[in-house]
Amino acid sequence: MRGREAFVMALEALRVNRLRSALTMLGVIIGVLAVVILVSVGTGAKDAVEKQISGLGTNIILVVPGQLTVGAAPTQSRLSLADVAYVRRVVGDPAKVTVSLQSGETVRVGRTEAFVTVIGTDQNLTNVFQRPLAKGRHLSETDVDTRRRVAVLGSEVAARMFGDVDPVGRQVSIAGARFRVVGVYATVGQTFGLSRDQEVHVPVTTAQRMLGVDRVNGLAVGASGADEVEALQGRVVAALTERYPGEKFSAVTQTQLLGTIGSVLGMLTGVLAAIAGISLLVGGVGVSNIMLVSVRERTKEIGLRKALGARQRDVLAQFLIEAVLLTTIGGVLGIVLGVGGAVAIRSFTEVPASITWWSIALAFGVSAVVGVFFGVAPARRAGRLDPVVALRAE
Amino acid sequence: MTSPDPSATTPPAPPARTPTGPPAIEAVDLTRRYDLDGVSVEALRGVSLRIGQGEFAAIVGPSGSGKSTLMHLLGCLDRPTSGVLRINGVEMSGLSDTRLAELRNQTIGFVFQSFHLLARTTALDNVALPLVYRGLGRTERRERARAALESVGLGHRMGHRPSQMSGGEQQRVAIARALVGEPKVLLADEPTGNLDTRNGTEVMAILDRLNAERGVAVVLVTHEPEVAAHARRQIHVRDGRIELDTGLDMGLDAGAEGRP
Repeated sequence: MRGREAFVMALEALRVNRLRSALTMLGVIIGVLAVVILVSVGTGAKDAVEKQISGLGTNIILVVPGQLTVGAAPTQSRLSLADVAYVRRVVGDPAKVTVSLQSGETVRVGRTEAFVTVIGTDQNLTNVFQRPLAKGRHLSETDVDTRRRVAVLGSEVAARMFGDVDPVGRQVSIAGARFRVVGVYATVGQTFGLSRDQEVHVPVTTAQRMLGVDRVNGLAVGASGADEVEALQGRVVAALTERYPGEKFSAVTQTQLLGTIGSVLGMLTGVLAAIAGISLLVGGVGVSNIMLVSVRERTKEIGLRKALGARQRDVLAQFLIEAVLLTTIGGVLGIVLGVGGAVAIRSFTEVPASITWWSIALAFGVSAVVGVFFGVAPARRAGRLDPVVALRAE
Repeated sequence: MTSPDPSATTPPAPPARTPTGPPAIEAVDLTRRYDLDGVSVEALRGVSLRIGQGEFAAIVGPSGSGKSTLMHLLGCLDRPTSGVLRINGVEMSGLSDTRLAELRNQTIGFVFQSFHLLARTTALDNVALPLVYRGLGRTERRERARAALESVGLGHRMGHRPSQMSGGEQQRVAIARALVGEPKVLLADEPTGNLDTRNGTEVMAILDRLNAERGVAVVLVTHEPEVAAHARRQIHVRDGRIELDTGLDMGLDAGAEGRP
């Protein structure tokens, strides 16, 4: 028997039992659909977070006192501006070190008020982070040195407080003190669920006086090249530990952050795919079940075919092709629906579903393998039927 | 050959040829034992027979006599427990299942009591089915299937499905299917068993004609004496042995050891 004949026969058998074939396929369709959609959601989430992190800038090292662990309370900082100057000397390039002192404060313009994250920082911010301006200027060295009450607004804050009016040069009240707006940042979006467009940047010295502290929350160092990041990280931590014996400092690089978050989200994607895979497996069991029923129903036909000269492998091929057709047709339909579903999710919800070719190839491959795996037992049973017994079957 | 028939006085097997070539079927001392739940049942207890090329023979016997078992063996659907069986000169005991399937496909045509046509498949495709397993292309299959259907007078029913045809027509489709591969032997198991008298007569007439015109050996299994009467030779089977063989002039005294 030629391959094409076996193929035609199998298609014909599926066509004859249309409803049953469709229902059996449904199991596979749902499985493949689930794999494609869940993997695309997982991958989309991972892509989005990675984009946020790399959107901060390149080769950044964040330095904070204490230990940087999720779930542990942050250590009260003892780092002062003197320590920042010390780190600047350690790093060698003072312009590549910037600071951060954060506090949630109320901002008011006329009757409009909003609660925002006020960040005290310095003129070096843009040497370390990517923070493009939409209007005006960045904070300057003079702003920091002379504790000027000037502010650069995140795009959302600017829009909310000033609407269509250009905020540059206007007054804004931060925690009761009057500041002059000198610039507005371009929209940058979220990082870890915090909108960076809702920040207000002021000189770190001004922030310290306003909050009545002489510490900073942490500092950030920009390495000049990717290969220097790790060495610099070690040097900064060692220098700080030397200055404050018995205290702990942590430095985390962007790559490490990406790695940690990437692996967490990768694992999440894997778990989602595995759950979807289980439903694909269940679909495969359905195929196996239906093929066994089909072999039993068609025992007589198998006996007849054998009497007419069908070899064991002819019968096996016929049933195996039937099973594989069931799963691969189901697989293709599942992929089409899954891709459609992912596109719909991306268009109509906030979930950043991202379709990956590997998940499509994997889903299709797995459905074909499922067909072979679950089809082989029924097909072998069919192939091995004794023609005499099969012909007598009722 | 484990136990040669002592009464077989003919010189060694081959010379007993009818028109040309080896005998269509040659069986020596066939036995078939079934093991059913540990109980051994002997369905055939030593059957020897020889059916020449182009012969028309009927195997007759009551149900349970072993005639169906014999027919399955002659059709290479089953293997004997012991004994020698040659189909068209080919010894079957050494053949693999695959070779047996090929042997069935090339040399044997089956006609069953209940037709065994594929439902939802046209007469033409039903008839062409054996040629699918021979690996022939679609065009040639259809050509030969059309010719076979015409030879049983069903040239006008090629696109019909079994459910759209009468029993007699269905059995004629089955005969066309048995013939399409140009077999040496046509095995017909109660071919008229499911037909009324008129259709039965018609089917038997076709078998008569094909036997006469094409020289294909026909072996008929039946329990109806009037059907068996179509055959020039009757082989009576009872209790797994040949009780009477009217074709003893062939020289193979198969019945002798079958008697008590």
